[in-house]
Amino acid sequence: MIAHDDTQIEMYRKMLLIRVFEEQARDFFMKNVMRGSTHMYIGQEAIAVGVCAALEQNDYITSTHRGHGHLLAKGGNPDLMMAELLGKANGYCKGKGGSMHIADLSIGNLGANGIVGGGIGLATGAAFACYYRDDGRVAVSFFGDGAINQGVFYECANMAALWKLPVIYVCERNRFAEFSYTDRYFADSDLTKRAIPFGFPAVAIDGNDVLKVYETAAEAVKRARIGQGPTLIVANTYRIMGHTIGDPLNYRIKGEVETWQTEERDPILRFEKHLIQQEIASIEQLQQIKADVHQRIEHAAQFALNSPEPPPSALWEDIYA
Amino acid sequence: MAERIIEYREALNEALLEEMERDLAVFIMGEDVGQYGGVLKISKGIYERFGEKRAVDTPISENGFTAIGVGAALAGLRPVVELMYIDFACLAMDPIVNQAAKARYMFGGKTSVPIVFRTQGGGGRGNAAQHSQSLEAWYVHVPGLIVIQPSTPRDAKGLLKSAIRDDNPVIFIEHKLLYNTKGAVPEGEWTIPIGKADVKRVGNHITVVATSRMVLLALSAAEKLAEEGIEVEVVDPRTLKPLDIETIATSVKKTHRLLVVNEGARTGGFAAEVVTRAYEEVFDYLDAPIVRLTSEDVPLPYSGALEMAAIPSEEKIIQAVRGFFS
Repeated sequence: MIAHDDTQIEMYRKMLLIRVFEEQARDFFMKNVMRGSTHMYIGQEAIAVGVCAALEQNDYITSTHRGHGHLLAKGGNPDLMMAELLGKANGYCKGKGGSMHIADLSIGNLGANGIVGGGIGLATGAAFACYYRDDGRVAVSFFGDGAINQGVFYECANMAALWKLPVIYVCERNRFAEFSYTDRYFADSDLTKRAIPFGFPAVAIDGNDVLKVYETAAEAVKRARIGQGPTLIVANTYRIMGHTIGDPLNYRIKGEVETWQTEERDPILRFEKHLIQQEIASIEQLQQIKADVHQRIEHAAQFALNSPEPPPSALWEDIYA
Repeated sequence: MAERIIEYREALNEALLEEMERDLAVFIMGEDVGQYGGVLKISKGIYERFGEKRAVDTPISENGFTAIGVGAALAGLRPVVELMYIDFACLAMDPIVNQAAKARYMFGGKTSVPIVFRTQGGGGRGNAAQHSQSLEAWYVHVPGLIVIQPSTPRDAKGLLKSAIRDDNPVIFIEHKLLYNTKGAVPEGEWTIPIGKADVKRVGNHITVVATSRMVLLALSAAEKLAEEGIEVEVVDPRTLKPLDIETIATSVKKTHRLLVVNEGARTGGFAAEVVTRAYEEVFDYLDAPIVRLTSEDVPLPYSGALEMAAIPSEEKIIQAVRGFFS
């Protein structure tokens, strides 16, 4: 499925929104305005955006500890997100979740997750609910190449295949599991083989090519909606930043990151080039989008900074329904 | 309301059938719960009546199917996930503890996780160390969970119905030596509220707070102690979390003595929690230090002689009560 021109421009805007959001979050973190730890999605924007462009608003996704991009791609509100990152009362989760637990159930985002692989079962369960109600919805589980070594993936993939659940497993192969190259942990580095025992399709793609991601996801979503069961998409990408902010990155080969920040490989730069070459957008149009996105994130940052801290009484709220 | 005498397992079965009849979002999931009818026959007849979509037989993948249950609850269903033994729930701690218990709080109250984890705990049947544990204290320790341990058929039915209707994750722990026990269960539509203890026997001399199968041992011990002139009040919390400390405190204020009986291992166990809460609430009313009777701090052994030595018994309860009056 080829994305329409206006869909492509929207994809560009969303990828840029994620990039600029992350830069702002990083800035807050470096200035100690943010607590805990946070994980940057920079460099992987094409995956969240390409996949979510193939979904309806009421389809489900589960996200990861590196989850800001997934929520923005699904239509999350940057103001509420940034306020949540700063632990504020009017953040998405009233300041109780923070970066690693950001969620918006009203648009099908069942949450970022602090447990690596924690969302795989939840997405499979959401897909079970879709199958149970026969409502035509699907669920996507985003997870990394670190998470694909968790046993829960194989248990859930087996059940998803058995029951033909409408779930799409999107493995974002960003080359790292926390502070190691993931290649150190794969007995066989062809991750598409991880679906072979369960008999559902698996495809490895260039995850920095947003149109390729979109087309692949759209195909998987189509299969899922008509009851043909799960698909595994291995989206090859590169984690530009460290595991967390403050990661010394001393385990990474020198000069490697720069090879992923070129016009040919960076998902945003190469898409920008495509949009201009194909005359889908003009340089001026893209400049305007950039200005709008920066303004939007600046608004989110101000909203977050001006938001109130949660009152002490909030400590005891929302534990039980 | 008319009552019948039925088994604990039948009471549970009735609760499942009635709630599934009442609410289309309720389904059961677990190992052999469907076609086989459940290893304990708790789900007998459900597959036949509701079909495979609502009586879901799963592979032996506790972590996976428990997580699927939690995801389904987040997406609006009301799963009843059976973990055949509480020992097997160790394989599913992430979805229970990290996901189900915390989702509502982490997401600022924007969701609820209406799910019941049904499981069986307890020893006394020679199932040895990996099929006999009483791990209720672990779950009691987790904010966001509700923990229920019914001791009678009536409580089993009334509380399972309430657990299924509740919007929170509930750990519902049955006991392997209770499934065949019988008791009076009302007919018709009724439930038992979560968080309410039940005074199972009235007495003036000592309060025995007991959980699960220990309630039955405490009641039979109480009959023998009555022959010696000691009137025991037996309080069954039924819901361990949230704990109905009011009912316990009211009883102790009357009897001035408290023995806590729980089948879990001693150290860090549920009995320790009841003892602490009681000291906080009724210290000034006590005529004697509180005593706890628990299983020993050992993995449960296979040998009958050793297992009996490890877990509380009627005789041990009698001895412990006599200790208050000697």
